[in-house]
Parts: sequence; structure tokens; C-alpha cells
Amino acid sequence: MIATSTRSKRRLLGVSACAAALTLLTAACGGTGGGSGSGSAAPSSFSFMSATENTVDRAVLTSMSKNECAAENKALPLSVQTQPQSNLNEKVQLLAGQGALPTMFHEDTPTTVVQLAKSGKVANLEPLLQKLGVEDQLLPSAASTVKLLYNGQLDALPAEYNIEGIFYNKQIFAAHGLTVPTTWDQLVTDAGKLQAAGVQPFSASGQQGWPITRLIGDYIFRDLGPDAMQDVADGKAKLTDPAYVAAAQQVADLGAKGYFGKGVGSIDYNTALNTFLTGKAAMLYMGSWALSNIGDPKQDTVGAGNIGFMPFPAVTGGKGSTDQYPSNIGLGIVVSAQNAANGEVDDWLSCIAKNYGTDSLKQQNTISGFKVNGSVPASNAVTSQVQTTMNTATSSVLWFEALFSAQATTISQQDAAPLVSGSMSAQQFMSAVQNANSGS
Amino acid sequence: MHRVLGDRRAIVILLGPALLVYSLIMLVPMFWSVGYSFTKGNTIQGFTWDGFANFSHLWSDPNAHQALWFTLKYAVAVTVGQVLMGYLLALLYVFFLKRASALIRTLVFFPMVLPTVAVGLLFKALFQIAPQYGPVNQLLVDVGLHPVDWFSGTGTAFVVLIIMDIWRSMGFYAVLLYAGLVDIPDDLLESARLDGASGLRLVRHIVLPLSFPVLMSSLIFSINGTLKVFDSIVALTNGGPGSGTTPLTLLMFNTAFDYGNYGYGSAIAFLLTVVCLLVTLVIFRVTRRDLTKG
Repeated sequence: MIATSTRSKRRLLGVSACAAALTLLTAACGGTGGGSGSGSAAPSSFSFMSATENTVDRAVLTSMSKNECAAENKALPLSVQTQPQSNLNEKVQLLAGQGALPTMFHEDTPTTVVQLAKSGKVANLEPLLQKLGVEDQLLPSAASTVKLLYNGQLDALPAEYNIEGIFYNKQIFAAHGLTVPTTWDQLVTDAGKLQAAGVQPFSASGQQGWPITRLIGDYIFRDLGPDAMQDVADGKAKLTDPAYVAAAQQVADLGAKGYFGKGVGSIDYNTALNTFLTGKAAMLYMGSWALSNIGDPKQDTVGAGNIGFMPFPAVTGGKGSTDQYPSNIGLGIVVSAQNAANGEVDDWLSCIAKNYGTDSLKQQNTISGFKVNGSVPASNAVTSQVQTTMNTATSSVLWFEALFSAQATTISQQDAAPLVSGSMSAQQFMSAVQNANSGS
Repeated sequence: MHRVLGDRRAIVILLGPALLVYSLIMLVPMFWSVGYSFTKGNTIQGFTWDGFANFSHLWSDPNAHQALWFTLKYAVAVTVGQVLMGYLLALLYVFFLKRASALIRTLVFFPMVLPTVAVGLLFKALFQIAPQYGPVNQLLVDVGLHPVDWFSGTGTAFVVLIIMDIWRSMGFYAVLLYAGLVDIPDDLLESARLDGASGLRLVRHIVLPLSFPVLMSSLIFSINGTLKVFDSIVALTNGGPGSGTTPLTLLMFNTAFDYGNYGYGSAIAFLLTVVCLLVTLVIFRVTRRDLTKG
């Protein structure tokens, strides 16, 4: 009797220990909750996962939640979480796999968004906005850029709408007798004059890589025409074709001549911006999002009035033209499909569409892909110039990596610094990116 | 106690839960990962069977070859540096500083407790060339040499990585080896001295053989840690310039989580596991020799 009791006690102990271990494991492996959760249950909040570096979008949404969208916020409170951009793509993939995507989120890799759309995890916003009667609140050019980026589908809200070009220091140009260059050859000649005079011609972040690869992409568009990168995506051309390699060579030559300054590979985004805004470099290739920095006297000691904006110059004999501005939507805001059918979420989206454009420009000096309802005077001449350019631009092109895979994008941006510092040839650079893009 | 440990059911009850947790947390994901290496796809698209395609890609992928070569090069350089510097420091503590070594031991150990990211930022600043010269480049300029863009070349970036990781961990190995050295009986050392052994001869014939087991543990500990290096490289170079300082771990991480190719990422992880296993076996094999026999 005693033996039986001891045996059953032991068995009970063993079972309890196993149960405790399993409970611990279940607790450890379980999600942390929050957000919209998985399944089709109604969301408890209007969750937005923002890239940490992008302070504008969440600031505008937070402001709207207290003002224009206060009623929507009361019904479904806005909750913002941040994620460093370097891990954003990983996080989105992970959450998508768990069926735990937030209601809205930034995503920086277009191929991931296309995959998410194909698997029905993100909403096609065109029919949704039409249903809500707010489709006219999107700028047609911004909507067209989104579609170019996401396989012809409106898979993201253009919270930013940027055109890119070269910001230049008017005082430095005037002091050295330079006018705005209209061709690439003139730009290179002017850079040479500045370098000879002891002025750093370009400020660029090699650590980020994209400010350098943008130059390669733009040269390709100007030389080979606006479809040049689509041809690569469609397999009609390769980056290792001589004309494409020539573009990388042109940019590598700028680096070889020292036009990006010392240690370009170590320069981060803020340092590059700061170098230009404090007058230590004559030119900066950047998007219109930099207007918020240019309009800030604490950052911009040169003064917004002394900064001009020019399009990427033409390549002599090239098929592209300077009015084809490289454009982008910054970090697109993607809407999770599982929440898009919810009435309270739809109310929020409707409110965003109607008010985002105005709020973004008024409060953050940032131009979005939404219409500005009402008049908001431009804060400075260069902002006004960029706005006019955006309104009058007839066509646009994307950027170098826009249609690349995530791997090719990473390879391109991490190899940009070795390209301009001379440790990688133009041929090697383009081969590495082409191989990564074709998955070999 | 003997009765308890002699009872099979007691052993199962005592070890079962821990073994279950270990199996579910460690072993299951390992086998799961091996399973993934035969698939293609990701968490968005789902996974499909792909046979040995990932392993055949691994065989021909120049990026994987470069990462493997870098991993081995880095592991050998840092392991030799860490253990050698640690051993020299341990000798310094035991034979020269003796009881006064506590402060030095603490100071040299200190970098080990600093967050890796902080150490990475510190070394970035030390060796930077822009926007201002870091102390190293300033020193080079002051003595009439040209400043060096340390992070623009694979070779120079590798040198900075090695210096940083040896500096960071030599204090840890010094403490580990110190524990082994203080265990050597004083009377043995004394008798060796009476027999005329001193300096290098004492170290070569008495100290080294007697501290050999702990030296081997340090070596295996170090090589396995350095083969799996990740955080310090991400913090200092992020695998750059280009992919010049990308080890297998970082390639695996990027492939699986950034490029969304879990199958190939798992194949790289499998390769890393095999490398760690082989290196450990080789060390065991090589070190079977008894050093006391000359």
C-alpha cells in the first residue's frame, strides 16, 4: 500500500514537473500581445509600427489623433511602436509569418510588400479608398509612383512624396563663378574647380550607401532613358552591360578624384547632411524630405535662402531628360489586410486621407502624396521651388534599387563605399549587384 | 544519496524536466533548422521542398566562401591573440604582481563588461578619419605620417576588429588562466627553482604543462566563441567595407531574416555547426600529446 502510494506520488511529481516545463515553454514561446493580434478579431487599437528614424509620420498621426481625427481616435486609439529601420524588413516578415502585423506599418523593401500583397496579407488600397470616397485625396503622381513600385497596385499610403535632385550652396557657387550645370560633364568640371579651390564638391553618406547609388541610377536614367531599370527587372538588360557599367564608372571616378571628401565610407546620414548645411560642401544629392532640415535654422547655418535645388543633369546624347525627376514615397505606410475591413479602421483611413497632406506640410514642412486642402504658404524659397517643380513635373523615374530584391539592395548599398573609395571596380560592383538580383 | 541516484525513476524525475526544456529549446530548433535547409521560401510565401539545392548553392556561392574564409581567419587571429595575451597577463598576475594584481585584474577585465555596441562605437571613434580625425589618425599625423581610412579597406578594417576583440576579451581569459595558474602547488615551483629552473625554462617545463588543461579549455572556449562572432562585427563594421568583414553568422542572419531566404540561411547555419564541430575535434586530437614528455 505504502509502495503503491509512493509510486503514484512519484508519477504525479513527474507529470507535474513535465506540465510545469511545458507551461514555461508555452509562456516563453507565446507572443507578447498588443497590436491587432492574429486572426480576424477586431483590433483593440489603431496600431502603427513606425521606423524609428522616421519621426515625421508618427508626429503627424499623433497630432491628427488629437485634432482632426479625435473622434476616430476615441473609437480606436492610435498606438505607435517604433522599430529601427535596419531591422524593419525582418520584423515585418516575422510578424507576417505570425499573422500579427499591426494595422499600419512602414516597410522599406518593395519586394517584401509585393510578396505580402500576393499572399493577401496587405490591403490593395485603391478599391478601399474608392469605397471610402477619398481616392481623390491622393496626388495622381504619387499614386502612380506607388503603383510603379508595387507591381501596379496601390499597396501603400504615400505619407511622403519626394522628388530627388541636387541641393547646392548658392554662395559657394557664386564665389567660384559657377552657374547651375545642365549636363553631367559640366557638373564634373564644376566639381573639379571646387576641389581645386579647396572646397569639398559633394557631401554624401557612404555608410548609408544609397546617396551614392542614387547617382548611378540617375546617370543610367539620363543616359539610357526612363525604362532602363525596368529593362533590368524584366531581364531585357543586365547591370553588367557596358552602358550600365559606364554609369558606375562615372560615379567611381568622382570618388577617385576625392570629390566626396575623406573617409566617405564612414560618413553617416546626419554627418553628410550637416556637412552641407554648415557650408563645408558645395552640393548634396538628396530628396525633398531634407526641406525640413533646410527650414530649421538650428541645423542649417547656411540659410535656406542660400540653398538652391537643381535636377540631376542631362547626359550628353542620352535618352533621358532632366524633367524626369527621381521620385519616391519615402517609407510607404502599408495597411494590414486583416484589419482593412474593420469600420473603425476605415474611419481612420478616411480621416488620414483627408487631412494628412495639410498637416504634414503645416507642421513638419514635409510634402506628402496627399492633397493639401487649404493654403499653406511655403516656409522658404527652396521649399517653394521644390513644390513648384513637383507640381509641374510631367513624368518621374524611380531609383537605382527600387526594383531590386532585398539582397541586391543590401549588396548595392554596402558596396557603394568600396566603389567610390577604389577598392572595388565598377565592373565588380555591377556584377555583385546583378548576381544578387538574379539570385545566383 | 546513492539509493536515490541508483533509482532509475528518480533520475527520470530529476533530469526529465530539464532535459525536456533543453530538448524543446535547443535540440528541436536545431533539427528544425536542418529541415529548413532542404526548403525554399520564407514566412510570407511559405516553404516548399527544395532538396539539396541550398547545399549545392552553398558549394558554389562566392559570398559563402568569402564569409567562411573570413570566419576562419578571424577565429584563428582572435583566438591566438586572446589566449596568448590572457596567458601573458595571467603570468604577470601570478609571478610579478602577485597579491597586488587585484586592481590590474579588475581594470583589464573591465572592457568585458562593457556592452559590445559601446565598444564598437568607441573603436569607430578611435580610428575614424571623418568628419574629424580620431586619436589614432591624429597621432599618425602628429608624427608626420598620413592618416589612414581604416574602415575603407578590408585589411585595415580586419586589423581594427582584431585589436578591438583582443582588447575586449583578454582580461576574461587572463582571469580564467589565472585560476589555473594559482592552482599550481608552490612547493612544486619552489623545487623546480631549487633544481635551477627559472624564467622561460620554468614556464616551459613546469607552468605550461601543469596549466595545460585550463589552457585547452580556454582555447576551445575561445575558438568556438570567435567562430560564432556576430555582435562586435555588426557594431564596428557591419560586415563592410562591402562584404569584406562578413562572417558566416552575419551572412546567415542577412540571408534568412533580411533577404527572406530561410532555407539558404539554415544551410549556412549547418555549415557553421560543422565547422565548429570539426575545429573542436581537431583541437582535442592535436592536444592529446602529453607536454610533460617534452
